[in-house]
Amino acid sequence: MTTPIALLQAATAGSEPHIIPFLVFTLLKLIVVFTVYMVGVALLTLAERKISAWIQDRHGPNRVGKGWLQPAADGVKNFVKEETYPAAANIPLFVLAPALAFIPALVTWAVIPFAAPWDSPWGRIEMVLAPLPVGFLFILAISSLGIYGIVIAGWSSNNKYALLGGLRSSAQMISYEIAMGMSTIPVLLLSGNVTLSRIVNQQAFETWNVLNLTIAFFIFLVAAFAETNRLPFDLPEAESELIAGYHSEYSAMKFSLFFIAEYANMVTASALMATLFFGGWDVPFTLRDNLAPHTGLKTLLTLGFFGAKVLFFVFLYMWIRWTLPRFRYDQLMSLGWKLLLPLALGYIVAIATTIVTLDALGFARGSVPFHAGLILLNIAAVVILFVLLDRGRVISPAYSRLDAREVARLRAVSTPKRTSPLLPESGD
Amino acid sequence: MSIGVKVVERPIEQTSYVRATLTGMAHTLKHLFTPEKVTTQYPEQKESISKRWRGTHRMLTTEDGKAKCVACGLCPTVCPANCIKLVPGEDEQGNRYPLVFEIDEFRCIFCGYCQEVCPEEAIHVGRHYENAEYSREGFVYDLERLMAQTHPVCEMWDPADPKGE
Repeated sequence: MTTPIALLQAATAGSEPHIIPFLVFTLLKLIVVFTVYMVGVALLTLAERKISAWIQDRHGPNRVGKGWLQPAADGVKNFVKEETYPAAANIPLFVLAPALAFIPALVTWAVIPFAAPWDSPWGRIEMVLAPLPVGFLFILAISSLGIYGIVIAGWSSNNKYALLGGLRSSAQMISYEIAMGMSTIPVLLLSGNVTLSRIVNQQAFETWNVLNLTIAFFIFLVAAFAETNRLPFDLPEAESELIAGYHSEYSAMKFSLFFIAEYANMVTASALMATLFFGGWDVPFTLRDNLAPHTGLKTLLTLGFFGAKVLFFVFLYMWIRWTLPRFRYDQLMSLGWKLLLPLALGYIVAIATTIVTLDALGFARGSVPFHAGLILLNIAAVVILFVLLDRGRVISPAYSRLDAREVARLRAVSTPKRTSPLLPESGD
Repeated sequence: MSIGVKVVERPIEQTSYVRATLTGMAHTLKHLFTPEKVTTQYPEQKESISKRWRGTHRMLTTEDGKAKCVACGLCPTVCPANCIKLVPGEDEQGNRYPLVFEIDEFRCIFCGYCQEVCPEEAIHVGRHYENAEYSREGFVYDLERLMAQTHPVCEMWDPADPKGE
């Protein structure tokens, strides 16, 4: 058996198709992916309602075509509803904002590899819309754009609740963007490449990143929830405080576009989690799907596995949404800045040190001792984070923990004439 | 900070966010796969309503199809919402009967006093709740409509059997 690196090179090499088949297949992939994606997003609105219903011991939508046609009914309703424009809104931006929220979620899909390549009679067809060499950087760039739609929607509505929602979302997304970017650096350290198909192949030939880098996956998961404005981080649209947040003033299809954008973002984040940490389209426990011959059957099988992984994360999104209550704003910010960011930075240092050490000890990448070392480190990190540190400080409860000296100082400031500290029983 | 916040030291089982989250997710997952549902599939299934349910009115009739009402005027007098309109008439034998008997179901507060006060057991509140109409005028029920209703009527509160058993 040859080394994994040689296998990797053999797996990725292939004949480029000629220009005409390339154009035809790219167009086909575009149409198919776009259609499946949009229909899937529509069905996800139904899935969300069904799952929420089942979790709450209800039936969920079951009237329009046994429930299956509910998304179509909702779509028709949103198309024929009246569009309202607030009198003082900035109309051009008001109209532009839903599209700005929607497009980045779609564009991200261009670089995500969704199946094994297919060696067709006309040459190799990569199962990704745009096999971009800088795929991962492209995703980081585009996912930061999604925030503009929300901020512009909040500002152009000329509504204080919408503006507050937009402000919150910008603060939240910028905070978690950093932790998200930092959490993926260990992945890049292991793969040594920013091409997503290379990251997938590296995981297929070695181990899935979630086993080596659980903490990075955890940070990415939390940050992805915050990035997509899903519970428990849906503060931009906290209805008890902000009506509906940034889309308070939107109606009909423009509102629906925000709704679709939320689900599209969710699917994209799920696909990213599957790609970066769960081996993308890789079928576990076998290497046959990654090696030649790349038949159409393998492509279909890997596509199925990729879909299953994505759907699992989508389900996780919904499951968590109907389980956890919303965070308070200060909890959200302290989790992002005080926990996730230092954790991500520390984790980069730990992983980089481990990789350099293992390299120096002469363990080759992909060899058993290399990954055993990483997994041991990972188990230790998981125990430290989830068992030892989890003492009511990770998510602070309603009170803040001050040390005794700080409490005494604050009490002395607020009651200068008294010598003894005030007690609640003193009736002051 | 002058209010002196009391910080309670709690055991880890109560302060751990990770454990609370996992417990909650296990709980919701259990319910996700529970086949028992609490929903009543309304138009097909209906909840049974109490025997003392007070809904829209019904005027009972005699065997020959006339209203039992003798237009004594007790029900418009007792009605706290003033929703019963009664114009009494008298036939050749001197029997009183209602020329006009209208109940505005929008004004009615469904207290059931009209049924309770009626000496002839003519007007009743009904065990019925599906009353949708396309216009507000449709909620003013005239005598014909009240007599045409077929739903069961309320069994009033009986002091000897307070729980309705």
